[in-house]
Amino acid sequence: MLGIVRQNVGGARGLSSQGLGNYVMRLRPVASAMRNYSAGTKEMTVRDALNSTLDEEMAADPNVYVMGEEVGEYQGAYKITKGLLDKYGPERVVDTPITEAGFAGIGVGSAYHGLRPVIEFMTFNFSMQAIDHVINSAAKSNYMSAGQINVPIVFRGPNGPAAGVGAQHSQCYGAWYGSVPGLKVLVPYSSEDARGLLKAAIRDPDPVVFLENELLYGESFPVSAEALDSSFCLPIGKAKIEREGKDITITAFSKMVGYALKAAEILEKDGINAEVINLRSIRPLDRATINASVRKTNRLVTVEEGFPQHGIGAEICASVVEDSFGYLDAPIERIAGADVPTPYAANLERMAFPQIEDIVRAAKRVCYRSVPLAATA
Amino acid sequence: MAFARSIHHLHPLPPVSNTRGLKPSPLFLGSIRPDSHTHTITRSSVSVSSSAQRRSAVAANVSDVKTKPAANLLVTKEEGLEVYEDLILGRVFEDMCAQMYYRGKMFGFVHLYNGQEAVSSGFIKLLKQGDSVVSTYRDHVHALSKGVPARAVMSELFGKTTGCCRGQGGSMHMFSAEHNVLGGFAFIGEGIPVATGAAFTSKYKREVLKEDCDDVTLAFFGDGTANNGQFFECLNMAALWKLPIIFVVENNLWAIGMSHLRATSDPEIWKKGPAFGMPGVHVDGMDVLKVREVAKEAIGRARRGEGPTLVECETYRFRGHSLADPDELRDPDEKARYAARDPITQFKKYLIENKLASEAELKAIEKKIDEVVEDAVEFADESPAPSRSQLLENVFADPRGFGIGPDGRYRCEDPKFTEGTAQV
Repeated sequence: MLGIVRQNVGGARGLSSQGLGNYVMRLRPVASAMRNYSAGTKEMTVRDALNSTLDEEMAADPNVYVMGEEVGEYQGAYKITKGLLDKYGPERVVDTPITEAGFAGIGVGSAYHGLRPVIEFMTFNFSMQAIDHVINSAAKSNYMSAGQINVPIVFRGPNGPAAGVGAQHSQCYGAWYGSVPGLKVLVPYSSEDARGLLKAAIRDPDPVVFLENELLYGESFPVSAEALDSSFCLPIGKAKIEREGKDITITAFSKMVGYALKAAEILEKDGINAEVINLRSIRPLDRATINASVRKTNRLVTVEEGFPQHGIGAEICASVVEDSFGYLDAPIERIAGADVPTPYAANLERMAFPQIEDIVRAAKRVCYRSVPLAATA
Repeated sequence: MAFARSIHHLHPLPPVSNTRGLKPSPLFLGSIRPDSHTHTITRSSVSVSSSAQRRSAVAANVSDVKTKPAANLLVTKEEGLEVYEDLILGRVFEDMCAQMYYRGKMFGFVHLYNGQEAVSSGFIKLLKQGDSVVSTYRDHVHALSKGVPARAVMSELFGKTTGCCRGQGGSMHMFSAEHNVLGGFAFIGEGIPVATGAAFTSKYKREVLKEDCDDVTLAFFGDGTANNGQFFECLNMAALWKLPIIFVVENNLWAIGMSHLRATSDPEIWKKGPAFGMPGVHVDGMDVLKVREVAKEAIGRARRGEGPTLVECETYRFRGHSLADPDELRDPDEKARYAARDPITQFKKYLIENKLASEAELKAIEKKIDEVVEDAVEFADESPAPSRSQLLENVFADPRGFGIGPDGRYRCEDPKFTEGTAQV
């Protein structure tokens, strides 16, 4: 119960909900926290958060435009760009033919000349057709031109698995894009994250890969008045501590944050007090926050939906081993998607991605409360 | 040549027009070349303005100077000398690059432009500063023609900090924000969407930002690229949205060792233009004046907002694909035939025989360029290599993009960061 309240309060506090703010809130009686909740916050879906952000940014800066498949007349394949065509016209909300390489490159070329394109990939799986432009002509250009030409572009779209969409529509691209210097890679979870990080991305002078999640689009989160302000930006490169804890650190991003929080509630009943970190930014990775948390709790579980080898969890493990080895009381557990292309059958798909029980079991293993299972393929 | 010389006009009459209802600009010249066997000029019978006819007569007969001198020349003396200087700069610079490479001052991949200078000078000398040029890895001469100083290009090739990209780009990645040279791309076809985006920006500035902008963009690429998917995607979008771009194919018949004829189902690249709804023109890329005439029309079209053009320039590279290419597959006879059509010799002959310049003036230009290139080499030689701290610079325009250091502050605030010793 307290956990639920804390989560809402955490959401309502926005920027200041790191560390101290949350800690102080926890000491107050539940009633006053409830009072805070009902006074300031309204609920907003992630879809509406993204839509309102695009709307506000396009209104504020005429250089911002949206380009992609079905963004205009279809109102967006996932309705993220709903209403923008009517408001801003077809020159600023550009429906493209099915030409990922072409329109990603067009976005980059226009960014070279100072426009601020928001390129939508219907899913990030399709970005593989344009990956040359994301990496070679966007990420590397500021370096190759020695600062003469920067690329203020945002590539956004749903990333990772949805429900039953098969192997070619379910891959997570966080690790691939997260390894490229010159790119910033952001992964929002809540509506507040969506608003703040997308605004920061659009205003940023560098190429940003903005990985959303299809299943989160319809989920509602409370947003504070601060988050609803049209100049609300979250800093790029800072993770958020969604839930404070002292026994174990769980890092997650995107949809897995929700799972980690639910796992934390279950663990609470078993007396394990978990700290959940919402990464928010894969590149740059907030190693400082992660390491500080591990130094406090001494145990770590990383959660992601992508493939395990060379994944985000691998990078976090390396960082913690490099910086905080002496603080670890147990080996780090990485939870990732299964090392297989995503199956279609519902029961197999469920086994191919982390579920709440997996996070709970891993946390218990790390606390030496249960025996490790046999290694999976 | 194995494929037929064809003349393409926008006039909707047979045999070669396949523009499917496009309204042609009546002044569009297209390319007129003598058929190699009969030396006749075939031309559509629809009326063309008389001055255009005379111009075309001159263009066709550049190599056969015994016909009577045309009263109406294609270039003025100043323009002629400017173009000649640019041709010579391209040639001498590239020759110097070869020398420097074999002396070890230049390294990595170096792709030289010898033989193709007419395309670069023919097109780029007609551009304004605000117009953009996007190229491939064979980009030294495009950068020079657009106005990037020879010193800056040579230093970049030597990897020195005074280079146009401070030594961070190299031979294949020439960028200049000042001269709107937007790269320099190693992947073939990569520059085409970027160029299309630059053209998109011109249109956006006009229509959305309501600025006065008629900047055009030139995308240079080769015959091999004309088989690549991105090329077709951009032909489609450029024609669909009527973007001010000119797609310039430098068809030198060889993609490293792959002959164009072995790689392409229909080797006539200009035909791909009308298939997407834009004019396709074929021009003799060894003749700078013919290229210039076609370029004038195409650039004019783009500036007026009439949309893109595809120009195929038949040209040839005298050297191998790169300095590492042994160039064993090309027939020496073919090389000799094209060497006889050297654009510089042709243009020099034109200038002298049409009394636009004297031998002495041209020699003076050659001497001047020799000095410019030598000075560029000296400058590059004496320039310092980049300092250690430059390694981490310019990854991001916003350096906080390096994230947060272990002390909780932004890494870029760490003094060690700028010394190049901080860990990222």
